[in-house]
Order: sequence, then structure tokens, then C-alpha cells
Amino acid sequence: MTGTLLKIEGLTKAYPGVVANDQVSFEINEGETHALLGENGAGKSTLVKMIYGLVKPDSGTMQMHGTPFTPAEPRAARAAGVAMVFQHFSLFDALNVAENIALGMENPPAMRDLAEKIRTVSEAYGLPLDPFRTVGDLSAGERQRVEIIRCLLQDPKLLIMDEPTSVLTPQEVEILFETLRKLTAEGVAILYISHKLEEIRALCDAATILRLGKNVGTCVPAETSARDMAELMVGSELQTPKSAGAALGEVVLDIAGLSMPSPSAFGTALRNIHLRLRAGEVLGIGGVAGNGQDELLLALSGEQRCAASAIKFKGAPIGQLSPNARRALGLLTAPEERLGHAAAPNMSLTENALLTGNLRKKLSQNGFLNWSKARNFASEIIEKFDVRTPGPDNAARSLSGGNLQKFVIGREVLQEPEVLVVNQPTWGVDASAAAAIRQAILDLAAGGTAVIVISQDLDELMEVADNFAALNEGRLTEVRPTQGLTIEEIGLMMGGAHGMEVAHV
Amino acid sequence: MFKLEKRPQPSQAFAYLTPILAIVATMIAGGLLFMMLGKNPFESIRTIFWDPLFGEFAFYYRPQLLVKGGPLILIAIGLSLGFRAGIWNIGAEGQYIVGAICGAGVGLAFYPLEAWFIFPLMIIAGAFGGWVWAMIPALLKVRFQTNEILVSLMLVYVAEQLLASMSLGLLKNPDGHGFPGSRNLKDYPSAFNDEVITGSGMHWGVVAAFIAVIFAYILLNRHMLGFSIRLTGEAPRAARFASVNPTRLILFCLGMSGALAGLAGLFEVAGPAGQISIDFNTGYGFTAIIVAFLGRLHPVGILFAGLLMALTYIGGEIAQANLGLPAAAIQLFQGMLLFFLLAVDLLTNYRIKRISKEAV
Repeated sequence: MTGTLLKIEGLTKAYPGVVANDQVSFEINEGETHALLGENGAGKSTLVKMIYGLVKPDSGTMQMHGTPFTPAEPRAARAAGVAMVFQHFSLFDALNVAENIALGMENPPAMRDLAEKIRTVSEAYGLPLDPFRTVGDLSAGERQRVEIIRCLLQDPKLLIMDEPTSVLTPQEVEILFETLRKLTAEGVAILYISHKLEEIRALCDAATILRLGKNVGTCVPAETSARDMAELMVGSELQTPKSAGAALGEVVLDIAGLSMPSPSAFGTALRNIHLRLRAGEVLGIGGVAGNGQDELLLALSGEQRCAASAIKFKGAPIGQLSPNARRALGLLTAPEERLGHAAAPNMSLTENALLTGNLRKKLSQNGFLNWSKARNFASEIIEKFDVRTPGPDNAARSLSGGNLQKFVIGREVLQEPEVLVVNQPTWGVDASAAAAIRQAILDLAAGGTAVIVISQDLDELMEVADNFAALNEGRLTEVRPTQGLTIEEIGLMMGGAHGMEVAHV
Repeated sequence: MFKLEKRPQPSQAFAYLTPILAIVATMIAGGLLFMMLGKNPFESIRTIFWDPLFGEFAFYYRPQLLVKGGPLILIAIGLSLGFRAGIWNIGAEGQYIVGAICGAGVGLAFYPLEAWFIFPLMIIAGAFGGWVWAMIPALLKVRFQTNEILVSLMLVYVAEQLLASMSLGLLKNPDGHGFPGSRNLKDYPSAFNDEVITGSGMHWGVVAAFIAVIFAYILLNRHMLGFSIRLTGEAPRAARFASVNPTRLILFCLGMSGALAGLAGLFEVAGPAGQISIDFNTGYGFTAIIVAFLGRLHPVGILFAGLLMALTYIGGEIAQANLGLPAAAIQLFQGMLLFFLLAVDLLTNYRIKRISKEAV
């Protein structure tokens, strides 16, 4: 079984402001487990969405068994034998397993026949599952089985799995791998998306590595070290680090033993985080997305409270304080999600300026708002940060991503923070806006503000940060100076050193 | 093929135009409905919209406009605060009943004493009663994350039973020859909610409604609390980021809407209705939900919407009496108004775009 199943040539897809996939080509053979490897934002999701018929490519061709394959919608892709298990499940908690599976079928058979089929398939592939259990009572691993069985009932030729192990326990991962091996033995090809290098080395026959939408390499995982794959993933050309030697001041932020559960089911709990931040320091926090970045920002902004003494601001415990109480002290934050979190989409820029600026800019008195002052503050942000908009009365959602991001960052910078925490400050932002935002961060630090930049863009972190640490499964590595850091060391920090150690035994 | 496309910026023109478009559409569809019932559509529409204001007996109907519009506006203003923040108090009818019971109860407790302080005390008791009734869903939501829509709605039926019990028991008129219902407060000057200007229909409840409109306008447009309410409705995560305390907001919004509904109940029982009786409540609390949305949750909009709704009530009654239109047809007509408003409302945030078949 070595025939080529799916051949992809020159697939390109551009979104406004970003090329998600640029001339990507690779082949998947029958019975092969093919890994798709890359950082977040590297274009993995866009690529599989094109294969699954959710997104239409701008150019490039796909061939299935040598015949052109252009699925207009997922139904067409399914008919051609492509099935996909998404990272986030689409199951109804209140229905049972069989009902959930029937919902996704074009012509569901009678419930009793379907239940029988589910039993047969689930036993054949070592995924025991009772068709009459309510989905709400199932564990994450069991829910994934429902999704997998839903796919298997279609007799797929190609099974796409998007980060399947992120919600599984190690034992469940073992079971899943057994199932996948059984499938490939029967000739099913598997496209396996992950950034967990160890898994890929254990499971996959071939790997395609994407970086910034481009296919940067192909390798046989079993014969390639995790270190080499990590290098391909993050790229080996790094920005020269920011020159060291900036005089750092007193410790302004001291995080000691911060642990916090995640507010969302798919989130990552923070585990025993320690860090000290000095005035004038820029600390870059890297890591693959979903390793606790959002949770760390929530903990620092005060949207989620923690033990009072876990976070100290100039020696005073602030873990229990509300976002506004922290703003009053000088700890400001800018979350990653611009629309809906950092800004209210339907409200004007003036109102959005008020959103965080009320306290430090004294935009209200005894609770009564001073609209002209708020409007002036919004205009000031627009002017100083070159936000392209007709004026402060425009709704936040009418701005492009980059302009809104400049507004959001500008809003915090102009409040003269003592500590500023930004998450993904230049995500989805065009190059010139990104440069302006980075410059603003550097200027702020030069003025004595301590800044934490959480980002997945290593080049960016190298450019702005004095010190570097990485988040991995909710844990923060030790903080190291960016000067002299090698790409291997960064890869090790990001991959979680213990996991990588095994890699080169 | 047509396609809906989100406007980058909500259209100001359409924000003001939609209520008018909705009224016109309702008139057309309602006219067709009345025609199918065998009535003259133009006469029917004129009877509903024109006669109460400018007809032969308008001198009688015009005050009714305020009498019916007042409680609708008062309740709708309270509801709109919560609706803006995504807190859905559907049980204003119950809060209205309990406010009336508490207010009337305080008044009747003093009977037959005549003193200036009785009416103000009744007002406080009325607001308190509505507030307490709304605090039940509020506290359950805050403490146990129950759904305030269900709890507040179910409490309406509890309040109705309470009302029946009060009319038949505790508050029953001792001189009423065994008939259910309390003493008539119209015969008790210290407790009577009289007209401020005789013959205008403007009783103290209408005054309170106007004050509520002004208060809500200032709150929403000039005060941080109003900003927090709007922000919570627009983007809950951004509200959290802006340090809005959701618990306090839920307590405030439900408490406020309950207190205003309770006030409306008190003014009604002490004025136009006169007494606590089994069938005292006439659905103001539910109609106010329509009024709140018809007024686009904006205080001034609600003022007009309340008056418009009162107009269709009065006009509907005239149409029933004079033209023999069935009551259900009138209710259908009022329902259409909300339906069209919500449908046309789409145009504020979306525009219709024609797309050719090939482009699909």
C-alpha cells in the first residue's frame, strides 16, 4: 500500500494582511501517518480546512488518487473519503452517543442498527464506548472517541486529526495511538496535526513542517531529532537580540508560587509560576499557544483573582485586587483578543478609551462621565499611535486589526503604566504597525516601565526583550537573558526540557 | 439572491427610521388582517391610531393615554436597564403585583387615619415590594447561577396566587358584604393616588414615569454605572476587563427593575384600579417588555413606545366596541408591531446586498 492518496501542489491561501499558506506542496501515501508540524499561526489549520472543504484555496491543486480534488464543502470532502476530528468537539451534552453520531450523518439508520454498528466499530478499534451513554457524562477522552467513531463510520480514506492529544491523559494517548496504528494497517492515511514532537516521532511516518505559511521542510520523524524539528519549526534565523546593558531598577513585580485553575474547559492551569520583574526591564514570555498565556494575563490583569501574596507589586500583595485597583497602582494590561476583550466592538473609540482609561486619566467625577475629556483622550491615542480612522466616534469594529491593536496598546501606554503586560501585541498586525507597537514598548521601557511581552513570535521577543522565559503546560521556565540564547536552548525551553531530554537519548 | 452584510458602523439613519418603518409595516399587515376579517382596513386603522387622539370622543381618550402609558413606561424603563446588560427580568408582572399588595397593605393598615405621610409611605412600600420580589431571582442567580428568565417568570404565577389570597383573606374589605377585594382606596383620600392636574389623566405614577425616563437617560449616558451596564451587554469579557463586578450589576439591574415595577403597581392600585382584587393585574408587566424593545431600550424611545402601545390599547378597545373586531385580532396586531420592529431592526446593523448567481 504505497500508492499516493493525496497530492497537494502549490496551495496558496491569503487572508487580508496575512498569507496563511504560501505555495505548500506535499504528498500523503495510503496507510501513512503524516504529521503536519508548525507553530501556532504557521498555517496548519488553514491547510487542513482546505483539504476538508471549509476554505477554498486561492491557487494550487489537490489530487486524490490522481484525479483532481476540489471539495466545495465538507460534505463533498466526506464523500471523497476525508474525515476530520476537530480539536474542539461539536457534541450535544444532553444527547447520548448514538444520537450525537446520528445527527452528523446524511442518512442515519435506525437507532438500534446504529448502536450495533457503533459497538462493532468501537470494539474493532479498541475504543470501547456505550452508544447509550449521555455525552455530558463522558470524559474528554471518551468524547473524542465519539468524534473518531463518527468519522470511522464513514469508512474514511484520509483521517485528519487536529491536535488530538491536547485533551487526553497519557494512558488515553496510548489507546489512541493503538487505534491509529490499526487504521493505518488497514490502509487509511492519517494527517496528524500537532506541535508535540515526541508524539510525532513515536507515531508518524513522515512530517511536513510549516513556518509562516511556507513548507520549510519534510523529514522522517523517527530519524530526525526533536531538536532539529524544533529548529525547522521556529526557523533558525533569529533577530539579533536587543543590546543588553540597560540599567534595570528596583523589582516592581514579584510573582511567587502563582497557581490558578483555568476558567475555561480547554484552558491550561497555571502551575507554580515564579518571576521577578525590574523597572525598565522587558521580559519576553514565549511558548506555544495554549500553554497558559491567556491565563497568565487574566491573573495579572485581575480578571481572575489568586492568592493575595502570589503577586506582589512593589512589595505589596495584590493577588486579590480587581482590575481597576491594579490600574490605580500602575499595573496595566492589554489582552490578546482585541474585539470583545480589550475593546467592545460596537462601542465608539471614545467609549473604548473610557473602558480602561477612566481611572488613571480621571475621565469621570463621582461616577459622572466627562465625555469631552474621554473624547480628547481617544483623539490623543489616535494621533500619537497613528490609528487610521475617521475619528473617535467610530465603532471599534470598523477598524482593521492592526489599527485597533495600535489603539489598544496606545490606550495603555499613554496611561503611563509602571508595569505593562501585553499578550500577542502584534498578532495579525501588518509589518509597519507591528514595528510601531514594538517601538512603543521599547520607549516605554526606556522610560523606566517594566514590560512583560507574551508572544509566540520569537523574532519579536528577541527584538524587544532583555530576558526570556517560556510557558509550557502552565509552568514558566527560569528567566534567562536573551543575549547569548541559542535557538536550541529556546527550543528546549519551549518544548519543556524534560520532554526533549528523552528525544535525544 | 440577496445577502445580508454586516455594516462596519451601525447606521444612524436606520436606528431612527426602523420604528417608523415597523409601524407602517404593521399598519399594512394589520390592515390586510382586518380586511380578511371583513372589516374596512382604513376605518380600522383610523379607529386604532387616529380616533383616540383626534376623534369625536378624544377628550375622554386622551387622559387614558397617560393612565395606560404611565405604568408601561415606568416598568419598561426598569426592564431596559437589565436588558441592556443582558439580564432578563421577564417577571415584572409579578413585581408589579407584589408592589401593589405591599403599597396598598401599608395604606390600608392606617385606615381610617388621615395623614400626609401615608401616601409617601405607600410609595416606599410599593417600591420595596417589587424590589424584594425581584431580589429572589437576583440572589438565586448570583448565588446558584439559576436562570433569571425562568425564576422571574415563575414568580409571576406565585404573585398571582398571593394576590388572590390577599383579595380573599388578609386585605378583604370588612365592609364588603363578603365580596372579594380590598377597600377602595378612592374612598380614602390620604391613600388615593389622585390626578396632579384634574382631567388630564396625569396621576403621580405618570410623574414618576417621566422622572424615571430622565433618570435612566442620565444614568446611561452620563454615569459610569450606565456605561458599565451598556458595556456588559455589548461585550461581557471587556466588562470584566474594565473591572465591572457582574454580581453587583445583576443585583442593581434586577433590583431597579423590580422597584420600578412595584411602584407602577402601587400607583395603579392606589389610583386607576382603586383596590386589590383577584383580577387586578392586566398584563402591564408583560406588555412593558414589548415597550422596552419597541423603544430600542432607549429611555426616550421607551417614552414614545409606551404612549404608542397605550394608543393601540385604547384604539383597540374602541375598535372592539365600535367595529366588532375580535380581541384576539387586536392582540395579534400588537404582536405584529414587535415582530416588524425586530425584523426591520436588522437593517441598522446589516445591509441587504444583491449578489449575482455566479458570484456564489
